[in-house]
Amino acid sequence: MTDTINQLFTGLSIASILLLVALGLAIIYGTMGVINLAHGEFVMLGAYTVWLLQSQFGIDLLTCLVFVFLIVGAIGWLLERTMIRRLYGRPLDTILLTWGIGVMLQQAVRLGAGAQLRYVKMPEFLTQAVSVFGVDQSAYRIFILLLTVALLFATYCLMFRTDFGMRLRAVMQNPEIARCFGINASRVYSMTFAYGAGLAGLAGALVSPLKSVSPDMGTGFVVDAFMVVVVGGVQSLLGTVVSAGILGQLSGVIAFLSNDTLAKALVFFSVVILIRFRPQGIFAMKMRRG
Amino acid sequence: MGLKRRTFLKGAAALGAGTAVGFPGIWIKNASLAQAAGGEIKVGVLYSLTGTTAIIETSLNQATLMAIEEINAEGGINGKKLVPIVEDPASDPATFAQKARKLVVGDKCVSVFGSYTSASRKAVLPVFEKYNNLYWYPTLYEGRECSKNVIYTGAVPNQQQKEFVPWLVKNFGKKFYLIGSNYIYPKEENNVCKILLKELGGEVVGEEYVPLGHSEFSSVIQKFKDTNPNVIFSTVVGDSVVALHRQYKAAGLDPAKMPMASLTTSEEEIAAMGGEFAVGHFTSAPYFQSYDSPENHKFVDAFRKRWGKDKTTNFVSEPAYFQVHLFKQAVAKLGSKSLTPPDIRMASWDQEFKAPEGMVKIDPKNSHTYLWPKIGEAQKDGQFKIIQQVKEWVEPLPYWAYPGQVCTPNGLENKKA
Repeated sequence: MTDTINQLFTGLSIASILLLVALGLAIIYGTMGVINLAHGEFVMLGAYTVWLLQSQFGIDLLTCLVFVFLIVGAIGWLLERTMIRRLYGRPLDTILLTWGIGVMLQQAVRLGAGAQLRYVKMPEFLTQAVSVFGVDQSAYRIFILLLTVALLFATYCLMFRTDFGMRLRAVMQNPEIARCFGINASRVYSMTFAYGAGLAGLAGALVSPLKSVSPDMGTGFVVDAFMVVVVGGVQSLLGTVVSAGILGQLSGVIAFLSNDTLAKALVFFSVVILIRFRPQGIFAMKMRRG
Repeated sequence: MGLKRRTFLKGAAALGAGTAVGFPGIWIKNASLAQAAGGEIKVGVLYSLTGTTAIIETSLNQATLMAIEEINAEGGINGKKLVPIVEDPASDPATFAQKARKLVVGDKCVSVFGSYTSASRKAVLPVFEKYNNLYWYPTLYEGRECSKNVIYTGAVPNQQQKEFVPWLVKNFGKKFYLIGSNYIYPKEENNVCKILLKELGGEVVGEEYVPLGHSEFSSVIQKFKDTNPNVIFSTVVGDSVVALHRQYKAAGLDPAKMPMASLTTSEEEIAAMGGEFAVGHFTSAPYFQSYDSPENHKFVDAFRKRWGKDKTTNFVSEPAYFQVHLFKQAVAKLGSKSLTPPDIRMASWDQEFKAPEGMVKIDPKNSHTYLWPKIGEAQKDGQFKIIQQVKEWVEPLPYWAYPGQVCTPNGLENKKA
């Protein structure tokens, strides 16, 4: 019984971190069709922002989260306005552009903040382990899980319960017709990109006390995030959640039964198989494209 | 219409001519190195100053340059000054090879000090073997190498583990869980560990390798809880060290009952993970910054004075420092004879130097170094408390785990049965 609870919790924890990182990407890719290879670097920027705020101003992690969302969101907005918007409808060029942006961000951070691993302080009350169903689990991981659910809920509300969300969904379905209805599609795109970037920054901030902060930490995350988005089905929020859950639990189980290296390989392999037979992902949105 | 072709060509030609005129250096080969021969000894310094391993390799560069400055301040070697030629191979093994060739063939250095990763050492080896030059390698590594053109001043597995593993078994128990990053260094170290454990009647309850840079250890920690080892023998490196330690404590595991014993966690990683996550875990290394010896105090003070008062020294920068002094002694011994790398190699054998860690000596049998492994317990302030130190220096045996092979001055030989 302990084993199962442990296993379940491990899978949930991995899944929540995956979802946190993939949510922003799903929104950006789903809305704009922009393959944002710099997404991992947004995660990294979030982590570095926390480090900077903590080391310079002594702000604790939880307060930092608000700033991180705003700062990384602003950076994303700026990038979209200046560079990415010129390449809509040109997916190959966007890939190159975002890849380049990612590389530049990585090196800029390395030059500015140095290449060594950085220290981010975990909030005191979360460093211990708590007992869940009689088994000790990391309090911080539970915190991440809860926050992920909260962010998911917030994103859902944003997309389905607000005016902005309605406009976003309209633009997602058919940008030209949406424009005919008087929706400012480019403003929607900018805000969406900023939101996605902000979410990525939050992911980086939350993950940084548990893992480590280095300039190249983003690369691992962007690969996992893309897998989640591709498996879940583009443009489907529910798909992203389900696929994060499946991939997280799968890698947890395989890693437990064998080891992490094999788990990574097998998860990749299963994703390839799934995409081969169901290229649109688990939940596919049926739509007519002009 | 845009740029016309003619305009473009004119511009390019002008730019090229301007550059050539403005920088006469490119006409003179090795202009920056033009100097009188005789009266100077050229040595190469080959550590990455940019790229992924720059952080640690910069400290090696700094330790080397500091040693060279010390030697020159005392008048050089037999009146000749040491001239360091510094190259930055940017953490890329292919660039390492290219820069090595430049130092050996172009600059005609009599020795080169360099490398941190085994990949970079393997990449430059062909250069040193082809031109019969000498490479001084200061980093702890997996052993199993016996080149006639390298002097190894870093620890090999038998030196790091010979005292460590029995101490761990005695103080904590016989069940070990081996976890490492997925490349050759952890695998060879684990090899040695398994042999030692077998002799002590210990048991390996798990052996696992995670990808380099891996930071998600929840499954691994679950396995720790499941198999309940007495010691977690960790050879993960880099980011993984920080992540593993943090997640270990966050999951509620107790270092008093299940400590992590590492060969790679240094003061650097503790600073990155936060002292409270490192407390109670152990590292085995020949050197810790907190070691109390007059030579070490002098070394740390001089390093801070030279490079910044918040700098730390570690078990890779200390060998980078003392190997230059060993080089100096070898060259001094040769006197006015011609300085060729093979002569320097032979003159370095049996050289002894009072390094910050203790008296060290180069072993003539395999060109590795006698060292003083210590066991350190990590403290909250980021330093190590030295629990135990060997009573006498430990002989280096790079093929300890492979009884059929032995390293001799002429290279690797198979032992007759």
